[in-house]
Amino acid sequence: MPFNLRITPKFWRQFEVDSPHRGFINYRRMWWQCVIVMASVCLLPLMITTVINAYQYQEVLKSENIAPADRLVSNTARSISFFLEERRSALDFVVQERSLEDLADGKNLARLLYRLKQVFGGFIDIGVIDSLGVQLSYAGPLDLQGKNYSRQSWFHEVMIRGVYISDVFMGFRGYPHFVIALKHDLEDGDYYIVRATIDTQVFNDLARPLNIGPASDTFVVNVEGVLQTPSKFYGPVLQKAQWTTDSESFHTTVKELVDPAGRSLIMGSRKIDNSPFMFVYVHETRGILAGWFALRSKLIGFFVISTIIVMLVILGVCTYLVSAVFEADKIREAVLHKVEYTNKLASLGRLAAGVAHEINNPLAIINEKAGLLEDLIHLTEDFPQKTKAHEITQSILGSVDRCSTITHRLLGFARHIDVNFETIYLDALVKNVLGFLDKESHYREIKVHVEVEENLPAIESDRGQLQQVFLNILNNAFAAVEDGGEIKIGIYSINGNKVAVRIDDNGCGMPPEHMKLIFEPFFSTKGRKGTGLGLSITYGIIKKLNGSIEVNSQEGIGTTFIVTLPVKRPA
Amino acid sequence: MRILLVDDEFELVSAMAERLNMRGLEADYATSGKAAVEKARQCQYDVLVVDLKMPGMDGMEVMRQVKEKCPDTGFVFLTGYGSEDQKSASEAAGATCYLMKPVKISVLMEKIDAAAQSACTIPGKDNSDA
Repeated sequence: MPFNLRITPKFWRQFEVDSPHRGFINYRRMWWQCVIVMASVCLLPLMITTVINAYQYQEVLKSENIAPADRLVSNTARSISFFLEERRSALDFVVQERSLEDLADGKNLARLLYRLKQVFGGFIDIGVIDSLGVQLSYAGPLDLQGKNYSRQSWFHEVMIRGVYISDVFMGFRGYPHFVIALKHDLEDGDYYIVRATIDTQVFNDLARPLNIGPASDTFVVNVEGVLQTPSKFYGPVLQKAQWTTDSESFHTTVKELVDPAGRSLIMGSRKIDNSPFMFVYVHETRGILAGWFALRSKLIGFFVISTIIVMLVILGVCTYLVSAVFEADKIREAVLHKVEYTNKLASLGRLAAGVAHEINNPLAIINEKAGLLEDLIHLTEDFPQKTKAHEITQSILGSVDRCSTITHRLLGFARHIDVNFETIYLDALVKNVLGFLDKESHYREIKVHVEVEENLPAIESDRGQLQQVFLNILNNAFAAVEDGGEIKIGIYSINGNKVAVRIDDNGCGMPPEHMKLIFEPFFSTKGRKGTGLGLSITYGIIKKLNGSIEVNSQEGIGTTFIVTLPVKRPA
Repeated sequence: MRILLVDDEFELVSAMAERLNMRGLEADYATSGKAAVEKARQCQYDVLVVDLKMPGMDGMEVMRQVKEKCPDTGFVFLTGYGSEDQKSASEAAGATCYLMKPVKISVLMEKIDAAAQSACTIPGKDNSDA
């Protein structure tokens, strides 16, 4: 048998194996329904759990990264804010404490700058500018005394707002710095401005906390998105990083985004109070996600293996269950068939018996009248045509005999008058029956082999009826084989409580459609030669004797009958 | 030997009686159970050949009533039908033979002899359906 046929369950080939088998159940569809329902019930929760787990784990991973980012951004932005506030407050203190005359003195201013550098650090220079925009005095590395700022925008802004903190710029000095300017109103309605330049180095240090990893970057941008401190990812001071200003807020915001260079980032940002600056923290998610990817492949692996195991179990269970249902249905169908057949036989038997009885009575009259006629002819002296008359009565009696054989057979079909149990050796009985067929086998050169198991047990059964059984089967075998054919008879015991007789012939065999009908009454393939009752009666007798009969046949190869009989008589 | 043939078919019993008479037996006949009982209660018959199934009184009843008076009378039953139940019932009631119609005259005579000697056994093979 090819492999694919061996692994396919029988019900799968239901329609191919047994074409006239019009089962009310489509087992293939039943199997599919079973598999689909079970798979849905088992796999859906597994799938949902896996997806929810994955999602939750992803969320945990993200929040674990977002919380530190939030903290870092808030703290650093506050430090920078504090730094700026400190310097602004220092300048405020200066203008509150010193008079304009005091400050306009270059020596005093230089001393003040020195102190500011000492105490606060970060100051590069300091200048005092009058309301016309002219620098009255200056202390610092450059010579800016007398320089006029009145046309510069910062000058106007400080005039209006009172405080000004510039973006980082290169200016005359050629290195990045920024300016804090404060306006101080005088009692006479005039005012002056104190302007200090702050070195960005301190600023840079503040904007770069120590605890950031290689996948992270921190920097400060202004409102236009220009870098105010150098960035590891986006270049030196004054490079544009426009995209960072999309989420300008005085509160810390953390979000995921992809930067123009294609990096997937978590970005935290916060605007620094009273300044044009915004602090930005970025962290590449690749590192974070590596753990997630590992977990995801584990989850997928687990899911796939579980699915395979669950599916194998489901397929196995469904196949087993549907096969069991299929087998049970087959058995039920066979039982129904048997019951139907038995009922058919019973009603047919009643009919046959009725007919036989009705015919037997007139037949008995014909028999007696013809017998009487025969007696009279016999007793009468010779008369013309006496011989002919004698022949006629003989012919009538012969026909009556034939008729009675048929009616007795029909009655035998319904019941058997005399079941007479006696001890029988089946080998002797079969050989005895073969005796009747000796002549035929001799003429037709049919070889008959009988094999008998040693120490074959005797059985308790009815001799006459068994003779009829084997005569019927052997007659059929003789009819099936060609001249010179072969018939093998095997007699053996089964488990010590049964004896089987197996009759094989190498005759013409029969097609499967005949096999189903051979025990049906009046089914015959012999045309007028057969009554169609032989095997039907055989079947009835064997059932009555508590035995069983089985037939296998292949067209062109031969037929096998196996008759099994109990050793003990039925209780 | 005196024989009484009982069957509702007149044609059958009359011809059968004639044939038995030709063979040296004294055969009489009746065509109903009732008539048969009336005749047989004088105990002049050795054997009664009775059809099991008759209108009115059946063969078993005939035997029961006759045996009341004449327990020595032998019985042979005839039937066109027959069944296991009838057979065992008739045997239990004392019938010694049980034959199926149509029956050969020689077989019938054998059974009558056997019944007369109360030695009739189960019908021979020539009357079975083998």
